[in-house]
Amino acid sequence: MIENKSTDAQLVSAYIKGDECAISELITRHKQRIYSFIYSKVYDRDVTEDIFQDTFIKVIKTLKKGAYNEEGKFIPWVMRISHNLVIDHFRKNNRMPKFENNSDFNIFSVLCDGSLNAEKKMIKGQVESDLRRLIQELPEDQKEVLLMRVYKEMSFKDISEQTGVSINTALGRMRYALINLRKVIDKHNIVLTN
Amino acid sequence: MQKMYSKTSRTEHVNKNMVPKEETIKFLLDYSKALSVIDYNKLKFEALLN
Repeated sequence: MIENKSTDAQLVSAYIKGDECAISELITRHKQRIYSFIYSKVYDRDVTEDIFQDTFIKVIKTLKKGAYNEEGKFIPWVMRISHNLVIDHFRKNNRMPKFENNSDFNIFSVLCDGSLNAEKKMIKGQVESDLRRLIQELPEDQKEVLLMRVYKEMSFKDISEQTGVSINTALGRMRYALINLRKVIDKHNIVLTN
Repeated sequence: MQKMYSKTSRTEHVNKNMVPKEETIKFLLDYSKALSVIDYNKLKFEALLN
């Protein structure tokens, strides 16, 4: 049976020898001070609970492993553990900031996922497929320039060298390719939108 | 006399009723009872007993 006026050192010693009541007494004795200290740094009750719990898990493990050197400084040691865990918490939060939504502001009103959803991906694929079929309807010289320019991303200088025509001719063929595509799309009332 | 309006200091506000939840304490005490440290060949193994 532990007397109420046992020192921290006596309680630690008793706990190491196997008296579980000793750790209960130690936690009860110092919980308010340690908890307040953590809260004064993080200002979040949930985080404080977690850090408090992690602090005493470390204390319990160290004592049970026999790795604690009693120098009459139990509470400074525990405070140091909690202090270091608070620092770890801030470091982790700086790497991955947390944003909590509330009724006034939702972060998703300014953040969005730019990638297409499944439906839009299908529509995009269909549009691209329709466009490729329409391009096949163009005259050869216009089709050739358009394919080189759009799909191979070639400059008009390179296109003119490869096709053996002047840059102006290549530009003209590209222009007519686009005009003709638009005519075909309008003529057949094709809808190419996403 | 002029009234002095001043903010309550943060530490005063913080210290009021600042204690962990009962569940947290209970967890720690249960954890302590369940934790067993086994010495083997200069190595220490932590085991949680059911």
